[in-house]
Amino acid sequence: MTTVPREATGTAAVAAMFERARSEERAAFLPFVMLGYPTLAESIETVSRIAALGVDGFEIGVPFSDPVADGPTIQHASQVALENSVTVETGLQAIRELRARGVGQPMLLFSYLNPLLAYGHKFAQDLAEAGADGLICPDLPPEEAALLTGMREHHLAQPFFLAPTSSDGRIAVVAEAAHGFIYVVSVTGITGARSDLPPELSDYIGRIRARTSTPLVLGFGISTPEQVRTLHGLLDGYIVASALIRKAPEGLDSVISLAQALNDARP
Amino acid sequence: MDQYIKTGLADVPDERGYFGEFGGRFVPETLVPALDELVAAYHDAISDPAFHAELAELQRTYVGRPTPVTYARRLSEQLGGAQIYLKREDLAHTGAHKINNALGQALLARRMGKKRVVAETGAGQHGVASATVSALLGLDCHVYMGSVDIARQEPNVFRMKLLGAEVIPVESGTKTLKDAINEALRDWVTNVRTTFYLLGSALGPHPYPMIVRDFQSVIGHEARTQMLEMTGRLPDVCIACVGGGSNAIGLFHAFRDDDVEFIGVEAGGYGIASGQHAARFADPAIGRPGVLQGTRSYVLQSPHGQILNTHSISAGLDYASVGPEHAYLREIERAFYTYATDEEALAALQILSRTEGIIPALESAHGLAEAIKRAPSMPRDTIMLVNLSGRGDKDLNTVMSALEID
Repeated sequence: MTTVPREATGTAAVAAMFERARSEERAAFLPFVMLGYPTLAESIETVSRIAALGVDGFEIGVPFSDPVADGPTIQHASQVALENSVTVETGLQAIRELRARGVGQPMLLFSYLNPLLAYGHKFAQDLAEAGADGLICPDLPPEEAALLTGMREHHLAQPFFLAPTSSDGRIAVVAEAAHGFIYVVSVTGITGARSDLPPELSDYIGRIRARTSTPLVLGFGISTPEQVRTLHGLLDGYIVASALIRKAPEGLDSVISLAQALNDARP
Repeated sequence: MDQYIKTGLADVPDERGYFGEFGGRFVPETLVPALDELVAAYHDAISDPAFHAELAELQRTYVGRPTPVTYARRLSEQLGGAQIYLKREDLAHTGAHKINNALGQALLARRMGKKRVVAETGAGQHGVASATVSALLGLDCHVYMGSVDIARQEPNVFRMKLLGAEVIPVESGTKTLKDAINEALRDWVTNVRTTFYLLGSALGPHPYPMIVRDFQSVIGHEARTQMLEMTGRLPDVCIACVGGGSNAIGLFHAFRDDDVEFIGVEAGGYGIASGQHAARFADPAIGRPGVLQGTRSYVLQSPHGQILNTHSISAGLDYASVGPEHAYLREIERAFYTYATDEEALAALQILSRTEGIIPALESAHGLAEAIKRAPSMPRDTIMLVNLSGRGDKDLNTVMSALEID
């Protein structure tokens, strides 16, 4: 059912995703879906239907009880997902199921560190075997990355973050450590839909561009197709999370139509 | 005494903030530069004699240091064994040891040019201390506090408001200390350029566990001198309650190269078997190494790595993780950790009130409970030093309702 065939795995799949977007002179769109919100079945169905729109990739979230980097929308979705008993194991199972349903896009698991440590040393291997292509972990800076073993051996993408507070020295450290792309946080703050992106965004991104050729994916605060259009030429990709989650109570069709609009706006 | 912060004894943490395999810095990237800036500002401050002088002067003339050590004569006689001495942090301004760290960090904040401070609080003691030093130094203070804790620590909430702080109720998660820290971290991430996070315990990402320990180490340094003056020797045992563990690490630190036994006492709540406690070291089924709120330490967690709800009659000990240096001291067997239940702490609070005329905080009563347990079987020439980390006034409502139920 998907319009994007799966031709590679891990870091190579993520690289191919940016290659394809670049050849079409646009940025890649990676929607975020929290597994277990509003229910596990509905969240899997959401990924599956968004995949059919031909988006470029996914961030597939598993919940944590104490999501310090997240605003009220993702906090609430995490709470509901936890009540629905979603675990890292559930996340791996869901990715297996999505691959079986023919979803070909790169999928990166999103999780805070503690559930991954609790899962144990086989995490990276099991993540790769489930068909995921990488991991986004918001409370794991590059200095501590060794605590999570096996990511390189299994060729998994592992983006690290940069923030508007990052120094030039820090940009070099993160660029060196990141595999797949750098997750560029748009604002100093937590996740959540915002009506405006900061005016100094292009200077900030220019500062990063001058120091690395690693693809840059923007996240935090992006909520509308209009905002997405303003990013033309600035970035290699963008992630939308809270705005999509906020549509879930209106039903799956509302989520899909926002995803469609965000996908059509690809700059 | 011209230098209140003594770092000379410290062989930990290393420069990445590790105490053995515990500690570190697990934070969103936005905070990494702020933590680097804090490390630099701290090292700059402690190499500046003027910083030491101002801190020492305020500790003396404002906080009321040195706090005394009291020999608990009637309590010791009643127990018939070891001699019990109390380090009286309850007599520090605002009624608990929290002011030592709050004052040090607030001076750092001012030095860094940050006019706005955020703090978290559980029992309210750190919130009150933060509000107090903010009033003293003219800082704009915002305190995050779980709504469950607001309900059980009402007098402290009013105190903070009187002191000009804004108290922000936290309704997320379990609505206690852990959730207050989450919200304070989210505020800090958002306002990092203008805001100083005044963290209240020896927890969180590097350099906080080190900074808090160093500012609290005044407790142990004073007590060491005082014990030598009073008894002519060092105590055999130091006992302190451990929530995050700042009063305990502040007491232990000055004795770490001495032949002195350390005992940390966690909150046993309704008992370990009940699962309703905050004893991270006592329950291997759920207390395991993990990462919470910026640091790697022992964490009460589900098999899937979700943080568990905790229970203690004492709001200040009601936390799912513990300072990383305690995990390290336990690992290298330098310190020993045990627990006291709600019931044991309540009993200890009453015993001390009647024998010595001192109403301890419920937190401190956990440490006392262990001293009361041990003393009778120890020789009479044994000396135990208990850190009386705070006074009990804030707990009167809790104690009243607990005793009525009994």
